[in-house]
Formats: sequence, structure tokens, C-alpha cells
Amino acid sequence: MSVDEVVFFIMQPRRMSMKADVVIIGGGVIGASIARELSRYSLNIVLIEKEDDVAMGTSKGNSGIIHAGYNADFRTLKGRLNIKSNPRFDELCQDLKVCFKRIGSLVVGFSGEDLKRLRELKKNGEKNGIKYLEIITGNKLFELEPNLNPQAKYALYAPSAGIISPYKFTIALVDNAVINGVKVLLETEAKDIRIKERQVCGVITNKGLIETRTIINAAGLHADEIAKAVGDNFKINPLEGEYQLFDKQWGNLVNHILFPIPTKLSKGILVAPTVHDNLLIGPNSYWVKEKDDPATTRAGIKEVYEGAKKLIPHLPHQDLINSFAGLRADIKERDDFIIEASKKIKGFINVAGIESPGLSSAPAIAEMVSDILKEVIKEISPRLKLNHKSDFIETLADQPKFADYLDKTGKWQEIVKKDADYGEIICRCEKVSRGEILRAIHQPVPARSLDAIKRRTRAGMGRCQGGFCGPKVLKILSEELKISPLRITKKGLGSEVLKAETKDMIKETGVKFRDEIRV
Amino acid sequence: MKLEYDLVIIGGGPAGLAVALEAEKNGVENILLLERDKYLGGILPQCIHNGFGLQYFKEELTGPEYAERFIAKLNDNQIDVKTETMVINITPDKQIIAINRDNGLLHIQAKTVVLTMGCRERTREAIAIPGNRPAGIFTAGTAQRYINIEGYIPGREVVVLGSGDIGMIMARRMTLEGARVKAVLEIMPFSTGLIRNKVQCLDDFNIPLKFNHTITRIEGKKRVERVTVAQVDKNLQAIPETKEEIDCDTILLSVGLIPENELTREAGIKLDPVTGGPRVNENRETEVEGIFACGNVLHVHDLADFVTEEGEIVGRAVDKYLKDKRKYRPQSIKIIPGVNITYVVPQHIDFIVPERKKIKIFMRVKKPAERVRINLLDDKGRVLGSYKKRIVTPGEMVSVYLPEALLDDKLKNITISVKRD
Repeated sequence: MSVDEVVFFIMQPRRMSMKADVVIIGGGVIGASIARELSRYSLNIVLIEKEDDVAMGTSKGNSGIIHAGYNADFRTLKGRLNIKSNPRFDELCQDLKVCFKRIGSLVVGFSGEDLKRLRELKKNGEKNGIKYLEIITGNKLFELEPNLNPQAKYALYAPSAGIISPYKFTIALVDNAVINGVKVLLETEAKDIRIKERQVCGVITNKGLIETRTIINAAGLHADEIAKAVGDNFKINPLEGEYQLFDKQWGNLVNHILFPIPTKLSKGILVAPTVHDNLLIGPNSYWVKEKDDPATTRAGIKEVYEGAKKLIPHLPHQDLINSFAGLRADIKERDDFIIEASKKIKGFINVAGIESPGLSSAPAIAEMVSDILKEVIKEISPRLKLNHKSDFIETLADQPKFADYLDKTGKWQEIVKKDADYGEIICRCEKVSRGEILRAIHQPVPARSLDAIKRRTRAGMGRCQGGFCGPKVLKILSEELKISPLRITKKGLGSEVLKAETKDMIKETGVKFRDEIRV
Repeated sequence: MKLEYDLVIIGGGPAGLAVALEAEKNGVENILLLERDKYLGGILPQCIHNGFGLQYFKEELTGPEYAERFIAKLNDNQIDVKTETMVINITPDKQIIAINRDNGLLHIQAKTVVLTMGCRERTREAIAIPGNRPAGIFTAGTAQRYINIEGYIPGREVVVLGSGDIGMIMARRMTLEGARVKAVLEIMPFSTGLIRNKVQCLDDFNIPLKFNHTITRIEGKKRVERVTVAQVDKNLQAIPETKEEIDCDTILLSVGLIPENELTREAGIKLDPVTGGPRVNENRETEVEGIFACGNVLHVHDLADFVTEEGEIVGRAVDKYLKDKRKYRPQSIKIIPGVNITYVVPQHIDFIVPERKKIKIFMRVKKPAERVRINLLDDKGRVLGSYKKRIVTPGEMVSVYLPEALLDDKLKNITISVKRD
């Protein structure tokens, strides 16, 4: 299936009926990593995602940290898979053209008690095999972080920690998977699992049935609801975390990822630069009931700000550009990921409870799932051969962004000469050209909403938050998708931006309106 | 390609247009005006309401008409204009890099630069209103663009937060389009916009304006469904027992404008933390010689007419700069905001011979007051000048002239304060 066909397929609103060797439920970083890993094999793979884009749940609202791996115990999946994945990110991100910066992290301590905890973490990290962990004290701490709270005394330095854009990483993984033959169905929600003789035989979706003998449940926050359909019982408890993001002139306020001393529930409210030079603070942690669209709260905004101030006392509150919340797919009674084939129904693999360090562990999780799948297939479909494809494409093509060329404008000049769309700047804050927006609309997993454009190009992600470029991007989407501007959404069906053409609304409400004016 | 100009103006709104025309009138040759949008006029083309030009033309015009007066003149002149051209960098030695479709990257060396980039609107995110992040939250100016330029109405049931001018004008505009504006909420006990806008846009249309009120929460999964609003106490904190919910599908924000000074900052020019614009002298020249700023990039104006006036000051000053006919004072006079004054522009006086003898100082007050005097004081508290004002309010700029006699004095500072008469 060519890229264009995939685009066409995604755009189909009609009911369908199709067959697949493997169906992956969920287009978060885990589903994406698994899709890409499995696309190495000659398999017919379908990934379904209920939202209008991939990376719409936990994968878009998190800290974007690739952890060094000193927190978790090596005997747990969390510990093992994090350690295994961390060194992979440089090459993987190079292949996928995703920005990853290994800037290192500091867990900051203020007291003798804290120092004890830092030593424990260091010991655990060393047991896990992490190199170059170091306890830093005194002046050196402030040489590394000049804006750190002057009362800080110690820090555990882990040079192998890094930062990444979690949604860009996810999108790139799926783009690459699509190029390697994976079919992606957006706005396709798994409603039930069809089972025959204790064996999976299909996924029933809002768009129709997909026949398959193997299903991978990577449904994130909703993984428990999917698992229930085959009789597997666990409960996902959404653990909310709120964040704040500051203007990109402040990314250099800190040089590393700064953590407080971790608690049992979380790694605490961190302060870190993002790969786009913004300053990020958060998250707090509290249980919520709702699994979609987490809301920020007045108390949470304050808690995060006060928490971050303990590490960096002078935060640029006047240059706050965004507050957002994310949900971690936590399982209260279990302190580890669930990555295993169902014991009740054949052909069903759960990849659930992937909370932190899920992003950091994603590449190794995908390999582990691939190994489990091989065993499952051997048992249930012995005729299906898992052959490595000879034509697997490891990399994504380079997608130049004007913002990356500001200091090498001569090179960008060549790009504009070939295609004038790259000379028209649509988003002034983040310096995004029309060419980049068009590319996002036509990439393997296409952007069809304002937020999807934002995640791919950063148009609307800056200080004006889309005030200026929003109408322009909406117009480009409408032209490219050949649909009315009234159908363009912020983030999928139901989030249409505009309500009516001018003069149309007054026709509906005109009489009432004229009466009011007479008064 | 390297271009050379005597004057490069960055931004073709009312400020940039005024600079270009006035500079040309005074003899500046070789002028380039750069505009990032498709057309000149800045935000004026989307301001289809009237009220423009009363000060400058002594007649009432709409925004597009006001802009057209200048654009038509510009077209008759020898001023180079490049639209859809985005400036991406300015250096202190006045090298400019810009980009557009036709030329790709442009490298321009200027003898003088005028910054007229205007301002942007403060967002929901910047004021951190808690809640969901659904569709249906717009700054008032963005909603204005959707309706007046694109031809689409962004909402049916509307709550407006903030009583800034664009918010009040959009409350009326949405009503005229058949939408229902349920309330305009203002956290302060007074309107932050022009008095005439409150009367003509809200009172005349029976749109309720609630002072001391704000939105405490936004709800809605895909689209805004409702907001929680509450009265605030003296410290602007919501009073829980006054909370009420309003069903709506749209929120318009008019909670302040921020001068767009990213280029200014990258050129190494420090900003006044209060105005958000560069600090300037009476010629609107920044601390980097030959780089000027005027209009909303310098400080947010209430009327486009005053923007034009400021642009003309700079147009003439650029001419003087290029002809090198300037006489500096040995030490600048600092103008300091005193009691009930938020800011003053210009912030300092550098030249002995002012271009028109009288120098006009623009300012905003912190709180509304009636029957007051604006007093100019020296360091010892002596009144150097005093001006009666019947009413002053934060939504409207106040201006006074510096008495000519003061400029030859050996004054170091002048403090401006509001005092009850």
C-alpha cells in the first residue's frame, strides 16, 4: 500500500470490513513503537486509534524525559526495559529525524536526609548498570546550574538522561511504520473483541469488523476496558499531572533536567528545558476518574509553580505560554508494567500500565512484545512465517524546518528556490513556513486538525498560541483537504472551530434580534 | 542579494505607514517598508467598525477607510514595499534578514530602522485559566479576523472575558451576526477600554458587563460547553460562594495586549518591563542609535490616530538623524512615572532642540479618577507644570506637553503624578 493509498484509507468514513495478521489497539508511543518494530516482518498489520491523530493520550501530555534508569529496580520490567532502551535513543532519533538531546539530569537534595536518598538512588542505578553517576556538591553544583536554589547542597548527576518531544517521537514512529506497510486507521475505536473457541478472531470497531487472530492491547488509559473483553482483569487508575510551559527565551534558565527527591508516587515536579528551548515545569500527581481530556485546576497550577520554585526560585511567570495536563496509566496495586500474553484467550497480548518510565522504555517494550508475539503466532498460526523484510526502511527522510536554519540561511535559500512555499512564513512565533504545513498535511500519518498541524510543525505552539496563524492554518487545511472551513476541527470531530458563515446565523435568529434592538 | 536602504520600516500598520509617508515628505529617500501580511494596514483592515480618524482627520472613518487614506498616498510615492515578507533578524548594526516567496532570503543593510511590529493579544494560556482545552476559545482579535476577513462566525453562545476595546467591539459584532453574548466579565472594578466603546458596544445592545468578575474554569471535551464565573475580592481572588455556571460554546478573550518585541530583543535592545516596549527618547529612538520604535510595539495605544501621530514624530526624526542635525543634552532628562501613573513614553529626553519645541508625553494611569491635575515635579517635589483633567481612566491614554522652558534647564528627572484637584 503506497503512502497515498494509506491517506485515502484513513479518510474513508464508511464502514469497512478488513483482515489483518495483527491489530494494534492504540496509537500512543507504545502502540507506535510496536507497530514500527513489527513492520520489520512480512506481516499485515493494522493500528487503530480512536482519536483523529496518534499520540493523543498520555503520549502528548508528559515530561518528555528519557530517564537514565536509576529509579526502578532492575528486577522489574520498568527498571530493565528503561536501562535497555536508554542507549538506543541517539540512533533511533537520528533515523527518525526526531530531536533528542542527552543533556543529563540532576536530582537535587537540600538536607542530610536527602543526601542519604541520593546515595541510595546512585547505588540502585549502579546496580542497574548505569555508568558515570555522580553525587555533586558545593560550587560545582552551581557551575552546572547557576540559577539553582542557593539552598541546594547535593545532586545526583546522571549524564545519560535526555529530553525529547514525546508526540513528535510517536508521530515519527508511526510515519515510519506506515512507510513500511502498517495501515493506520484513525477515529477508529475498538468496541469489542470477537472470540471463537477461546481464540481471538477479530476486533469490532465503530467503523466495522477487522478480522485478526492476534491483537495487541496498547490502549493506554483504556487498556483495562479492552482487556475486560477477553476476561483479563486489572484496573487503570488515571494519575493526573499538570504542567506549565514558558516562552522559548527561557529554555536556557536550566542546563539539565532538575528533579526533586522522588516520592513513591512520582519523580516529582521537575524543571527542564524542552527540545524546542521552552522551559517546562511539572507535574504534580493526583488520581482522577475521567480518562480523556484532563483539565488543569487552580490548585494544581499553583502547586506546580510553587513546587518548581523550590528548585529554581526565579521563574519567569510573565512569560508563561501554556498550562496543560496529562494522565499516566497507572495501576494502583501493581508497581510494574503488564507486558504479557493473556492466559485466558489465545492471540491477545496486554501491554498495559505503561506509566513512567514508559516513554524511556518504549523501544525495548516493542522488542519484548515482538518476542511474545512470535511465541503466540508459533502456537496459533504455525503457517504464518515471521520473515524479516529485506526492504524494511529504517529511516525517515529529512524534513527541513525553517526554525532550524535561522543561522544557515544560505542553505534555506536553496530550499525556497526549489519550492517557494518554504519562503512564506505562516507562524510568526515559531517561524513555520507554508511548505512545512503542507508537508504535515501530506505526510504518512496526515494532519487534519489545527492541533495535529501544531504537533507536527509547531505552528500555533508559540507565544501567541495560534492567535495569528490559526485562521491561516485553517484556510490551508480547508484548501488542501478540499472541505469547507466549517468542517475543520481543533482536535477531531466535535471540535469544529467555526460555527457558521457570516450572515447565516442572523437568518436563523434575525426576528428575535430585531425585537431586542427596538428596545 | 544585498540591498541597501536609508530607512527600513518593519511593519506596515498605521505606525509604519505614518513613518514612511512623513519621512518621505521630509526628504528621506530610499525607503523600504516590510510587511508580513498580504496587505498593508496592519490590524486596521479587520477593524470594520467606525471611530477612527476623529483626532487625526477630524472625521469619523472605519478601520479600512483610515488605512486606505495612507495606503493610497503611499502608492503615489517612491517607497519600496514588500508584503508577505517576514523579518527574522535585526542586528545592532542594522543588518536585516527577511524572507518571502519571491526572493527567498533577503539581506538588507539599513542606515536607520524603525520597529513598527505592533502587538499581540494575551492568551488564555498566559493568564492560566484552569480547565479543559476544547475548541471555542479565541482572543477577540482572532475572532474578529475570522468574521471580518475570512467570513465565518466562530460562536453562537458567547462569554467575553475582559473589557478591552476589541472585546467590547466583538461583543457587538457577534450580536449583530446573530450570536448571543451572555456576559462581558471584567476582573477590575472599571472598564479597561474606551468609555465610548462601553456605551456604544455594550450598553446600547443590552449586553451585561459584570465588573469584579472572572472565569474560574472552562469545561468542555471537544468544544466549550460552559464556564464557571465568580466575583473576585480586593486581591482579585475568586470568592467561592459567588460561583455560577454559564452555558456557552465560545469564549472571547480581551485581557490585554503585548508589544511584539522579539526582534527588538534579538537586536540587543532592552525593554521597559512596564510598557513591554523598548525605552526611547523623545524621537522614539531606542538605546541603539538609529533604531527607532513607534506605535503599539512601543506601548499599547488606545487610538490609531495617536499611533499615526507617533509615527510622524519618528518620520521626522529619521530625517534629522540621516542629516545629522542633532544636538544632544549633556545628560538626558529622565521622565519618571509617579503617583497613579503606570508608565510614560518617552522615558527620557536626549536633545536640546526639540523638533517642534513642545514635547508631548504619553502616559496611562493606574486607576480611574475624576477632576485631577497631572503634575510635573522635580526631584525636590516642586511643581514644574500642572494640567487639569476632568477624567482619567486606564483605558485611555493621557498626554501632556513638557513646558519648553524646562528643556534648557539642568533638570535630571521629571516625575509625573496624578493629584486630586
